[in-house]
Amino acid sequence: MRDKTAVVGVGSTPYWKRGGSLPESDTSMACTAILAALDDAGLTIKDLDGFAIYSSSCDPALLASVLGVPEVRFAATLTSGGGGSAGSIGLASAAIVSGQAEVVVSLMTLQQVGRRLGGTQTGSGAPVVRASPYGSGGVPPTYAFGAFSGVISPGHSFSILTQRHMHLYGTTREHLCEIAINQRNNAIKRPTSIRREPLTRDEYFNAPMLSDPLCLFDYTMESDGAIAVITTTAERARDCRQRPVYVMASANGGMGRWGPAIGAYFQQPDEYFASSGHRPVARRMYEMAGVGPDDVDVALLYDHFSPMVLMQLEDYGFCPIGEGGPFIAEGAIRLGGKIPVNTHGGHLSEAYIIGMTHVREAVEQLRGVAVNQVENAEIALVTGGPASLPVSGTLLRR
Amino acid sequence: MSKPGVYPPIISDPYADAVTQPFWDATRKGRLACSRCTTCGTMLLPPQPRCYHCQGAHFEWVELSGGGTVYSFTVVRHALRPDLQAVVPYVSAVIELEGTQGAGARLLANIIDVDPATVRIGDKVKIVFDEVSDTLTVPRAIPA
Repeated sequence: MRDKTAVVGVGSTPYWKRGGSLPESDTSMACTAILAALDDAGLTIKDLDGFAIYSSSCDPALLASVLGVPEVRFAATLTSGGGGSAGSIGLASAAIVSGQAEVVVSLMTLQQVGRRLGGTQTGSGAPVVRASPYGSGGVPPTYAFGAFSGVISPGHSFSILTQRHMHLYGTTREHLCEIAINQRNNAIKRPTSIRREPLTRDEYFNAPMLSDPLCLFDYTMESDGAIAVITTTAERARDCRQRPVYVMASANGGMGRWGPAIGAYFQQPDEYFASSGHRPVARRMYEMAGVGPDDVDVALLYDHFSPMVLMQLEDYGFCPIGEGGPFIAEGAIRLGGKIPVNTHGGHLSEAYIIGMTHVREAVEQLRGVAVNQVENAEIALVTGGPASLPVSGTLLRR
Repeated sequence: MSKPGVYPPIISDPYADAVTQPFWDATRKGRLACSRCTTCGTMLLPPQPRCYHCQGAHFEWVELSGGGTVYSFTVVRHALRPDLQAVVPYVSAVIELEGTQGAGARLLANIIDVDPATVRIGDKVKIVFDEVSDTLTVPRAIPA
């Protein structure tokens, strides 16, 4: 797959706070983002022939008919949730390298009106759980095993992983604070950011604790918006409007016993319980690319919760396992540091479009047009959310 | 109705199938049961149709002591539902159970009768049982 495909277009709607996108719809936002991405590439809807998505972000049947795509030759999704964001570019590349399609869109369109992300149980009554359409239906028999614990939102789950990391390695809230402040500093300069006011250490430590050890500023925002990314062959990319951003490598998956990881599971073996679940994905991705962490110039790490930035720094080899805290404390993730992280502000401070803002930022960095440009950035790492498998990592280069 | 620190489940039925029903039959009798693979001895909670270690399909139910250790936890302080205002802060924990290998048979449970500020990883706990309805009795943990 290496360097045989390239990202040639990125398009987006504005970003809104949760519920703020009305009177748009998830479909109208998707259309806006796809058309903008094609235009960015110098292509039109007549060129589009594939959908490579994740987290059931949209229904390609609906969008292809609404937009008048002449012929769809590939339509597939990575399973599970936000873990597949970066990997959707790999799925697009797989379709292209195998000759099934030539111009493929990856997409997230998110509108949280009356429904919140992550299966958070904010209502009482019958449980809302996803049963297989091909099973006998109803609530899965293992559901009840998690239903009496009080773990009812992703934040609770990631707090449990974080507590274990703190216990094993001495990670502290100071380290998480540095992640939040670094990303806010980056977001302040971006006009697209939802949170643009400075964040001080005092504000961080005075913020309400939502679930120990995580406070308000360790949690992602909840946002609305859509982002589309167009991938095509390396040959065709050279004729597009923008400088091509080549897909060096992309991997998705995880250890089998990582499994659903969070929610009602927590059965991961000791050696990777306090991790992001990305270690096997990182290894395969670097092997495929023929590079290592020292070659990466900027890292766009999925940050639904600040500690998962820290654990991904370890799992992607920027520092040894367990040393993410001290590594961050040295200023390593700041702009100008050893490995600038989430230069767009990430989910914590720019907007939460389930990982696609990270892909957009990687492309802007490698085109050399980022707001917080890393000087001479040649290789960018983008990751999908630590959660149930598959999680994913993608390396892009200019 | 709501008690501080005691998370009220939103279900009143275990939604059991043939694989999980014996666990809930045991909790109703105040016993903590665990599924054990008869081929390799791996303990499974929740019970599953196959053993992840040897792929065996045959299991027996064994009774555990109910003792355990806090593997990790969180103190939930923000009430996500109105009925939780009177419940927070509450402690949710991953517990490794005595008589099991740990991972693969961990229990996710609410630790009650405890000052949340004092909970630490490695604390010893004991499983107790809380009757939610005629068909559902849920395990919780208390400090041992």
